[in-house]
Amino acid sequence: MKYTYILSLLLLSTFCYGQQVQKPQNGIFLLKNGKIQTFDQGQIEADVLIMEGRIKEIHNDISHPGAQVIDCTNHIIYPGMIDGGTRLGLSEVGSISLTQDHGEIGSYAPHLDALTAINPSSVNIPVTRVNGVTTSLAVPSRGRFPGTAALIDLHGYTPEQMYAGFKGVVLNFPSTGRRGSWDRRSDEDIQKADKKAKKELNDFWKQAELRQGILAHPDADAADYNPQLDALVDVLNKDRTLMLEVNRKSDILNALSWIRDKDINVIFTGVSEGYLVTDSLTHYNIDVITGPVLSNPGRSSDRYDVAYANAAVMQKAGIKVALRTNESENVRNLPFNAGFAATYGMGYIEALKAVTINSAEIFGIDKDYGSVETGKIANLFVADGDPFETKTKIKYLFIKGWNIPMESRHTLLYDEYLKRSPGIE
Amino acid sequence: MKQVLYIFSFLILSYPIIAQESGDILIKNGTVLTITNGNLKFTDILIRDGKIKSIAKDIKAEDVKVIDASGLYVMPGIIDAHSHIAIDAVNEGTNPVTAEVNVGDAIDPYDINIYRALAGGVTISHAMHGSANAIGGQCETIKHRWGAKDPAAMRMDGAPRTIKFALGENPMRVHGEGRGIVPATRMGVEQVFRNAFAEGKAYMKEWEAYQGGVTSVPPEYNLRKQTMADILKGDIIIHCHSYRADEILMLMNVLEDYGVDKICFQHVNEGFKVAPELAAFGAHASVFSDWWAYKFEVYYSTAYNAAILTENGVVTSINSDSRELIRHLYHEAAKTQRYGELSDDQALSLITINPAIQLGIEDRVGSIEEGKDGDIAIFKNHPLSIYAVPQYTIVDGAVRFNIKEDAADMRQEVNPEEQIPAFYEYRAHEEEDSCLQGVFEQLFLHQH
Repeated sequence: MKYTYILSLLLLSTFCYGQQVQKPQNGIFLLKNGKIQTFDQGQIEADVLIMEGRIKEIHNDISHPGAQVIDCTNHIIYPGMIDGGTRLGLSEVGSISLTQDHGEIGSYAPHLDALTAINPSSVNIPVTRVNGVTTSLAVPSRGRFPGTAALIDLHGYTPEQMYAGFKGVVLNFPSTGRRGSWDRRSDEDIQKADKKAKKELNDFWKQAELRQGILAHPDADAADYNPQLDALVDVLNKDRTLMLEVNRKSDILNALSWIRDKDINVIFTGVSEGYLVTDSLTHYNIDVITGPVLSNPGRSSDRYDVAYANAAVMQKAGIKVALRTNESENVRNLPFNAGFAATYGMGYIEALKAVTINSAEIFGIDKDYGSVETGKIANLFVADGDPFETKTKIKYLFIKGWNIPMESRHTLLYDEYLKRSPGIE
Repeated sequence: MKQVLYIFSFLILSYPIIAQESGDILIKNGTVLTITNGNLKFTDILIRDGKIKSIAKDIKAEDVKVIDASGLYVMPGIIDAHSHIAIDAVNEGTNPVTAEVNVGDAIDPYDINIYRALAGGVTISHAMHGSANAIGGQCETIKHRWGAKDPAAMRMDGAPRTIKFALGENPMRVHGEGRGIVPATRMGVEQVFRNAFAEGKAYMKEWEAYQGGVTSVPPEYNLRKQTMADILKGDIIIHCHSYRADEILMLMNVLEDYGVDKICFQHVNEGFKVAPELAAFGAHASVFSDWWAYKFEVYYSTAYNAAILTENGVVTSINSDSRELIRHLYHEAAKTQRYGELSDDQALSLITINPAIQLGIEDRVGSIEEGKDGDIAIFKNHPLSIYAVPQYTIVDGAVRFNIKEDAADMRQEVNPEEQIPAFYEYRAHEEEDSCLQGVFEQLFLHQH
């Protein structure tokens, strides 16, 4: 009898090392003997009860019949990290255009919905989440209005299951920066192009305002089909947030004066020279999603660490800052981007907020996301130390209360090939 | 007037760098991570004439600049075995074989990325030809002597010659897809190598015949064939851009047929699949910490690659191939502790002694030992910690990066036509395929 038990255990472990990622488990989970990372009270000792996808209770010595107990001794429980800007789910293999769903043809297309193109089976998703990133914003990329970004949780079998409650219309604000060393336009040509781009943008915006009036009319049903303008009307009506991508100092200032007379909800994204215009950003009370932190300075004259320090400078000026990687297959580096921001001025707690609660607040979902608190969605992970520290090991991961196996293509290949069999003949 | 101002600011910019030059320095009281001889606490390092003269406690020395490294970590200068900074040209993408060209002829000592690499503790990089051709150009091992105006001053004299080979998608894309010539497949790539080696061998025999008096007319001199002959003679180390396991095995078979054994596979994302074969051949591997999925041939990758290769006995390094990653190779090496639990010494070896071995310069750099070059990186916090901050970087005993004293703007060359230096928008994935730099613009960019 005992041997049957051992045999079945052996069989089970063989099964676990197969090429399929194990299935996530649902149920009632009780995280015992761990510490919870808070933002203002350090790490507190408490148990966490996860039920029906949410954090049901946080208390010392919880017991719950039927709960699967998970021992977290010497471990810390962190809120799942949120990446404020990625292509995860929209991109599979970088160089193969037919696996890229973030850049549609047509420059004015705010109605394109990133959520519709999310591939729940993307191999990149498990690779990302095992580093503690539970939620990410999928951002379309091409043209002036490339589409509507969608926030997703990194577990689910349909885009709707993954949807995490925020969508934002992306605007790539006209840029006077150069696109690469091959961009050899004269300054005059750049200014000309900028002027043209701004005129087009303003014309489109005016059309949307007109459309807003038409749709408010009792005979709105008779209006022609125009999904582009309808998507922007949602922004004008404050039903959708505008995510305005802008990076260069002068462009940021232009963008600020452009939004001055507009009554809309807006987030600035990118903002790589934000550190030069913090006064203006705080004056207009703009929330910022910036990153990647691990990137080069924009100008040859910049100090080598401006990109490391930018987020911290803005945060210290009182701007609400969240971080993003702008990545697809390496969104898993979000904790390291946060770690560099922490190191170059932000400090650990503020950097942690920049990938959890700040992102949740900026997206308006902080009731459910961004911290380990009773009542919130159970997006959290359990690690043996500081989640930004490179060598830290993450032991357990929960997304919407599902216990997610710590497996990905990368771990499966490691298991298979560390001691390859047969080795060399 | 403006011009005068620029020249003046140029002089100001250069001044502190010139002033720093000195081959003598005493680093006091640091935690010395020697790499090859453990960690030494509260230890001093004396560098004289650019070489490490002694490593001991309480060294007394007159008239040398002193750096107080109390509470700091002192490690060997970081070495990047795959980089394209400090060169004006990357790809001679006009033929599947261009063994005759040399990136050493295109060194740009004014490239600001040299300084930024120094600010990440990197003292030596392997300036490589790109991967457009199956046999690209010869590469140059450079020392980051930021401030030197002469391109030749960047060379690491005496470093062995190296050459870039490339397998898989890039030569197939550039020549097969782009130009309609062989190679369009991995079958074709193999034959490009076999042809080139056969030509080199025949050329070598012709010269031997002439020099041995068998023939009286000297063969026509051909630098391409001569370079192939030099590889056959073992005078050049091959660094081969590669991804898939099959193509890695293919090249080892070709090399075995021609008796060539000095090879370091670059990128080698599927090296983990053939780690025992690589170890048995004595081939080295220089890998990314975690790059993958940017093209199909790296879709079946694992960030545990460096750990698997190391545990299987392959001399492995972590490289940047990027002007961004080169600034934090210490962090890239640390990722092997998350992905594979390498020890501190193993992880640090990936960016010090191992790349030195791969470039054939391990008797001079890559560890802190008496007699070696005075190339040192000094960190606040352990270099493998996410909280590490480089403080000083020293090349041949001269401080080339000093976090406290350096100006924000460290350019040595200002463009007189530019009032403010251009701002470059961040482009996601700008670095991927920097191995195809130049060719991409030439072949693909005009389509956009």
